Amino acid sequence: MLLLIQYMLIFASVLLLVALGGCFAEHSGVINIGLEGIMVAGALGGALMMKYLPADSSAAAVVCLSILAAMLCGIIYSLLLAVSAINFKADQTLVGTAMNLLAVAAATVFVKAINTAENPNNVSATIQYVNAKKAFLVNIGGFEFNWFMLLAVILLICANVLLYRTKFGLRLMACGEHPQAADSVGINVYKMRYAGVMLSGLLGGIGGLVYITAGVSEWKFENGVAGFGFLALAVMIFGQWKPTRIALAALLFGLFRSLSNVYTGFPFLANLNLPSNVYNMLPYIISLIVLALTSKRSAAPKAEGIPYDKGSR
Amino acid sequence: MDTKKRTPFFRIPAVQTLIASLLCILLGLIVGYIALLLINPTGAWGAITSIVKNFWNYPNLNQQLRYLGNTLVKTAPLLMCSLSVLFAYKVGLFNIGAAGQYVAGAGAALYCALSLHLPWYVCMIAAAVAGALLGCISGLLKAYRNVNEVISCIMLNWIGLYTVNSILSSVKDPTSPYTLGLANTNPGAIMPSLGINKLFTNNRYTTLAIPLAILIAVLVWLVLSKTRLGYELKATGMNKNAAKYAGMREKYNIILTMGIAGALAGLGAAMFYLSGYEQWSVTQSSVPAMGFNGIAAAFLGGLHPIGTIFSSFFIQQITDGGGYVDMTMYSSDISDFISSLIIYLCGFVLFFRQFMNSRLNRRDELKLKGGDR
Repeated sequence: MLLLIQYMLIFASVLLLVALGGCFAEHSGVINIGLEGIMVAGALGGALMMKYLPADSSAAAVVCLSILAAMLCGIIYSLLLAVSAINFKADQTLVGTAMNLLAVAAATVFVKAINTAENPNNVSATIQYVNAKKAFLVNIGGFEFNWFMLLAVILLICANVLLYRTKFGLRLMACGEHPQAADSVGINVYKMRYAGVMLSGLLGGIGGLVYITAGVSEWKFENGVAGFGFLALAVMIFGQWKPTRIALAALLFGLFRSLSNVYTGFPFLANLNLPSNVYNMLPYIISLIVLALTSKRSAAPKAEGIPYDKGSR
Repeated sequence: MDTKKRTPFFRIPAVQTLIASLLCILLGLIVGYIALLLINPTGAWGAITSIVKNFWNYPNLNQQLRYLGNTLVKTAPLLMCSLSVLFAYKVGLFNIGAAGQYVAGAGAALYCALSLHLPWYVCMIAAAVAGALLGCISGLLKAYRNVNEVISCIMLNWIGLYTVNSILSSVKDPTSPYTLGLANTNPGAIMPSLGINKLFTNNRYTTLAIPLAILIAVLVWLVLSKTRLGYELKATGMNKNAAKYAGMREKYNIILTMGIAGALAGLGAAMFYLSGYEQWSVTQSSVPAMGFNGIAAAFLGGLHPIGTIFSSFFIQQITDGGGYVDMTMYSSDISDFISSLIIYLCGFVLFFRQFMNSRLNRRDELKLKGGDR
């Protein structure tokens, strides 16, 4: 049971962070399908930081620096979306999809190159960070507390305040609802959209780092993040683009995702004798059902996905 | 001077699309080359040329033809996937689920072939139906529940993958994670070659699938541009409400489109797995790249069915060509890197065409002013 809660909380943290990222981008008016790619970019940054930090660096330094690296990589990678979608009015779905594929391919090529350079016989796409990973964990009576759980809660509060209690957040949301109106009162829509996408890069990057440290084993970069970016989008839609509701949705999805890791520990689940594939499918099936039930009356920002053109009426 | 009003060469949409696509390829290759240079400067040029050359890496003609055949075996399913993406995109839907529909098709085709011992044409129909069903789910969700098709498709990709893995576990080889070989279990399920293999130095994987895929591409073009159905579907894609107002069944059209797109991708899977070229691994934990490469091919081909024939071949050419890079320095994933870069660059095509047109307009204006003087 403790294990279930532990997995649930860590997966929920991933989904919460990434979904909040998606939430900022969409409130500014840009659909961020590329969250999955941003997660990979952030994960790569964080993993490399963990790998190259000296082995004797303190736990606090490992935690802070790798989060910083993940954030930076996420932001830089999200600029690919920002430039094409905001300045060049590209199809946001197409660019997002390309970013997802690009991130996995680029990370694989890059990591394999590093590994082969160190040892010509090593053609795997994994980064060794087992020891550095321990810095994130604190054992409390059998429960592995992960610093990321705390970080997720803090960022949730920040996101809520930023979005609803500051001038910036309200302006950001105006750009997603009615950019022409926002522009007419002197808000720079392009700048606000850049801010929205970069915030989503920041949060998505951290989310990616959390994802790779959540698993027990090392992570192969060629596998990407297994649709987590899209699960996060489902969480965001289920949460109706509101941070607090997103948090609740993330907990629910985290529960279903963690079942595939721990179902053997529950006698009544193990007795059902379902193949493990069923548990692997569960989060995706649930999200389809949830989407079918909630998408009809969606509170999506009105202008999302539509490139802003100053000259258009 | 001729009095007939002719469109200037650079204003023809097809020419603009071709230039844009070639630019995408060129830029993609250049960035790929830079990446190779960063990894290891000594072998970069050799690596990028061997990616582009693919089967030309072999010295004699017979080998070249045989390996060209192998590339074509994989081009056929890729072409089908890109047609699937293209068909949906013409109706305003982004079918990222081609990958999952491809998986469903593979599952249905192999199950019918290996477990039920059915002949190849039945297996193909089963694959098309399976793909269509998966596509229809996304279509239904989109039409009636307003679920974004991109997200539902991604979810269905994973659901499809795990389901197919479970189903095909019943026909897997006991000693390996792969499904049983078609040639030993049910030779009747292998697509007939009709003498096509003679063209490729008796490459036994080259089958009817290759001309069939090209035929279907032409068919898709005809349906989209010359029939009432195609017109209605495109009208629905442009403006759902206007289509409804004009008396078209817009919900039905959306579902039908996703069904057809799914059937195309499913057929593609049958074309590949019924050639016996490769077996399905029931332990695979990621969706095959074929469907995603289909997105690249569809956009690189300028979203035209005939264009995709060539772009599919190019994408498959560099994907296979990745296998010829010097493995002690680089990984074959560099070709995935290049093709995903190309998809990204395709996002700029619209901007590029606008830019070109505005330049042409300005030039014409200047010319007119000059004429007045």
